[in-house]
Amino acid sequence: MARRTFSIGGVHPNDAKISRDCKIEVLPTPPTVYIAVAQHIGAPAKPVVAVGDKVKAGQVIAEPGGFMSAYIHSSVSGTVKSIGPRKDLSGNNQMVVEIAVEGDEWMEGIDRTDTLITEIPQDPKAIIEKIKLGGVVGLGGATFPTHVKLSPPPGKTCEMLIINGCECEPYLTSDFRTLLEKGEQVVVGTAIIKKALGVDKATIAIEDNKPEAIDHIEKVVAEMKAKSTDYAGIEVMSLMKKYPEGGEKQLIDAVMHRQVKSGGLPIDVGAVVDNVCTALAVYEAVQKNKPLVDNSVTVTGECFPRQANLLVRVGTPINYIIDFLGGVPEDAAKVISGGPMMGKSIANLEAATMKGTGGLLFLTREQTKRMPESNCIRCGKCADACPMGLEPFLLNRLAKAGNTDALEENAVQDCIMCGCCLYSCPAGIPLLDVISQARGQVMGIMKARAAAAKAAAEAAKPKTE
Amino acid sequence: MDKILVSPNPHLHSKTTTKVLMRDVVIALLPAVVVSVVFYGWKELLVLAVSVLSCVLVEYLITRYCLKKASTTGDWSAIVTGILLALNLPTTTPWWVVFIGAIVAIGVAKMTFGGLGQNLFNPALVGRVFLLISFPTYMTRWEIPQGLFGVDAITGATPLGVIKEGLMQGASVPELMAQHGYSYSQMLFANIGGSAGEACAIAILVGFIYLVARKVIKPWITLSILGTVAAVSCIFWLANPAQFTDPLFNLLTGGLLLGSCFMATDYVTSPMTTKGGIIFGIGIGFITLMIRYFGSYPEGMSFAILIMNSTVPLLNNWFHQKKYGRA
Amino acid sequence: MTTTIIWTIAIISGLGLLLALTLYLVAQRFKVVEDPRIELVEKAMPGANCGGCGFAGCHAFAESAVKAPNLDNHFCPVGGNETMKAVADILGYEIQEKAPMVAVVRCNGSCANRPKVNEYDGSVSCKVKASLYSGDTGCAFGCLGCGDCVEACKFGALSMDPETGLPVVDENKCTACGACTKACPKGIIELRKKGPRGMREFVSCVNKDKGPSVKKACAAACIGCGICVKTCTHGAIVLDNNVAYIDPEKCKLCRECEAMCPTGAIHGVNFPKPLDKEAVKARVQERQKKAREAAAAAANEIKKEENNG
Repeated sequence: MARRTFSIGGVHPNDAKISRDCKIEVLPTPPTVYIAVAQHIGAPAKPVVAVGDKVKAGQVIAEPGGFMSAYIHSSVSGTVKSIGPRKDLSGNNQMVVEIAVEGDEWMEGIDRTDTLITEIPQDPKAIIEKIKLGGVVGLGGATFPTHVKLSPPPGKTCEMLIINGCECEPYLTSDFRTLLEKGEQVVVGTAIIKKALGVDKATIAIEDNKPEAIDHIEKVVAEMKAKSTDYAGIEVMSLMKKYPEGGEKQLIDAVMHRQVKSGGLPIDVGAVVDNVCTALAVYEAVQKNKPLVDNSVTVTGECFPRQANLLVRVGTPINYIIDFLGGVPEDAAKVISGGPMMGKSIANLEAATMKGTGGLLFLTREQTKRMPESNCIRCGKCADACPMGLEPFLLNRLAKAGNTDALEENAVQDCIMCGCCLYSCPAGIPLLDVISQARGQVMGIMKARAAAAKAAAEAAKPKTE
Repeated sequence: MDKILVSPNPHLHSKTTTKVLMRDVVIALLPAVVVSVVFYGWKELLVLAVSVLSCVLVEYLITRYCLKKASTTGDWSAIVTGILLALNLPTTTPWWVVFIGAIVAIGVAKMTFGGLGQNLFNPALVGRVFLLISFPTYMTRWEIPQGLFGVDAITGATPLGVIKEGLMQGASVPELMAQHGYSYSQMLFANIGGSAGEACAIAILVGFIYLVARKVIKPWITLSILGTVAAVSCIFWLANPAQFTDPLFNLLTGGLLLGSCFMATDYVTSPMTTKGGIIFGIGIGFITLMIRYFGSYPEGMSFAILIMNSTVPLLNNWFHQKKYGRA
Repeated sequence: MTTTIIWTIAIISGLGLLLALTLYLVAQRFKVVEDPRIELVEKAMPGANCGGCGFAGCHAFAESAVKAPNLDNHFCPVGGNETMKAVADILGYEIQEKAPMVAVVRCNGSCANRPKVNEYDGSVSCKVKASLYSGDTGCAFGCLGCGDCVEACKFGALSMDPETGLPVVDENKCTACGACTKACPKGIIELRKKGPRGMREFVSCVNKDKGPSVKKACAAACIGCGICVKTCTHGAIVLDNNVAYIDPEKCKLCRECEAMCPTGAIHGVNFPKPLDKEAVKARVQERQKKAREAAAAAANEIKKEENNG
């Protein structure tokens, strides 16, 4: 049988999972943490602590600033030193709560033992409320507030929950280690999300370059199924290794053979996708009352002397992590937060980690320096690589001409910024740089048009009535 | 680490650069080059050397002194054009004719459009057709292969030329085939009259398989050309075997294989999408056969490719990639 | 022979006449009746089609101007008052003269002033760079140096100075169309009043960070110390978000603020004489000392009175 994967495009960068054998270690708590109030998509949270307040680990320090927002908890115990702007990893100012660490005291009611609790609550509303209180956001990269995702809009029903264990980005191994070391918790988390959504089927999708993880999770699922009916319907699916398999839209295509319409949401085709680490965070929030205050981070790179998977408290300064592992190597030129394909270049190493930080990758100049741009040879490799079936060469040309109408017609707004086009371009043309700008511009125009249409409809209403 | 490097994603790049792709094409052409040198001897080597060197030289001079830019000869594309041009010429072509061909190919067909990637027509073919029209006597003096150490060059017509000539004089195809002793194995393994690159079908196919295996090109354009030629000639041949040559003869003679494997598949002058490529290939196959059967030239591959080259912008406009989540 | 020539001439002439007639008829048939003033106005325009006026081009401007009840919302920054006067004459409107403007780059972050901590490796575009991070230096507000403004300028008035890495405005070429202000993602370019004989005073920095971190990032930044605000006797300077701003309407070009600025963030241009910093500084300090003494004396007076009372 052909190996299952998504149907359009994709590339095969070198896997380079050199930290795959590194067990998740707990990073010592840093002396100071800087917890940003905007760690998720949507409105930033509003701080509810004042300078000088004593806080405990797991205590709420900021409340949701809107419907699309999330709670933020202190990841350490100590004193709030300041609340104000601090430079984030791109060097821009961001509102952070600075906490000086004193001891390691946790809020009451948080269960920090390793005991596995397999019995899950039955009330979806209670589950979602607990997830919301736990400040859980999507840990696959987008940091979408999970409680919002688990409350589908009325009229839409979920048919399948997909737990994303693809980790298709090269180098990163934190999902893989989580699956191996905390597979039971992930499976329980999956069952909880399944219950919250009221859906019968759940698929844990794992790329076939992680056979150990597939075997382990299959074993765990079988054990769980024997224990309780809550685990019925959970399946493990092996997918062919191909980037960007872990992209939400690509994963739905691979697992369900359905495609989300342009501008639509996964729920439109009956799917909800969550990352394995999110499932773990859901488990901890619901079963253990432990909010999302730490996450596993892969620290890796060929030039980095020591590979590691670390359990890091949210808000730990990046240079604290680097110093713990022996400092920045001499020949490293670039530090990336996340994987090499979609990760963000870090400009400021004093910045702190956030909930969504999944990896720190060190690349040498040789590995990462862009080659000089030359003429497009019209090979069409970008179009072959694009997982959305777009034609980057065309979008690049249209963007340079500023033709927003034609850009929209050619679906620039569908771009998922995976980087396949730039990765595969033999002429080194910075396709994605140009396309992502054009995408932002076109999306702005579309939004303005939608708003204008809505306003016009509103204005027309009273007349007709 | 003194300054942190910052750039937009992705932070890795595939190792396949323009240079690597072009070098792969050169490697794929090597079997055909070696075979042609073995069959035609040192004269072919001279044509190849003059063609490649003058293509590179012309590109270098134009980029350096006319465009005042950094030279682009490092991307190997001029070498590819040079080899293809040489393989399309008779071995007896004088060196200065080859040089003129190189000037037209690189100077006119490629650099005036803005260099690699900008040209509408395949440079090597433009060079070849220019020579064919300007120097018809040199360009139709095909040599019968005499081997590496053969001394006496015997010139003659290509099988396609022989058939065309014969048909005009009222002979039938089977008669002509028998009279000249053409056999398919001969065509497959060489030494029939023709340009150097047309000599050995097997050598070209080896190169083609290499290119497809290395994922430099997709096979669809080539297959659709060959398929169209086979299908259309089959219809004509079955209708009137005395007047029309059979499919296998059409596939193995002339520049069909070289053209469909190496020149129609040129990135720059072929459609971007697979769908467009198949239409492109059907067009080339059909036009080639029409010229062969009904035209005044015995061979029509070059013209067919150039004609279809001109439709590429239109095909790119009509045929798009299948987009995710859009019907 | 002769007949051939005659026939040829006759046919060619006939053909020419026929085609001319066809063209004429077609032109009549599809004639678009347009307000003739539109064409007149358009002719009076500079014809740069730069969009600086807010319309798609000079024709769109002319169309809109002809329809408008007055010219309050129409101003061609390129042609300036002269063009607007011509347009107003055609349309019979009154206009108020506007002060000529010029683009001003408000950043001092030259290579020497702002040490680089990062190196950019992507498309040479300020927009792309700005969407990625704050810039190569510790300053998150200053010039990114990729030259989007230079690209946006249709009049060739902007160029990058290779030494400082900052854009330079050629005042003679600048038409104040505002394209550069829109192109700059950091918003450092401002359209300011050109000033009498081109003389003007401005704060060449937009950094909103607090003093110490600004000082670390750039040697010539506005640190928001407020000395200029205290110095200015015309009330022309305001300090907002840790950065000073000189109101061109109120500024009397006395250059005292420029002399007093501890970092040299305030620039005066096109003044006939170079600024004698020390002299002005001494003058200002003297004045401030006197004011302090007067205030102290007044306070003493009040105290005395209170004590007496």
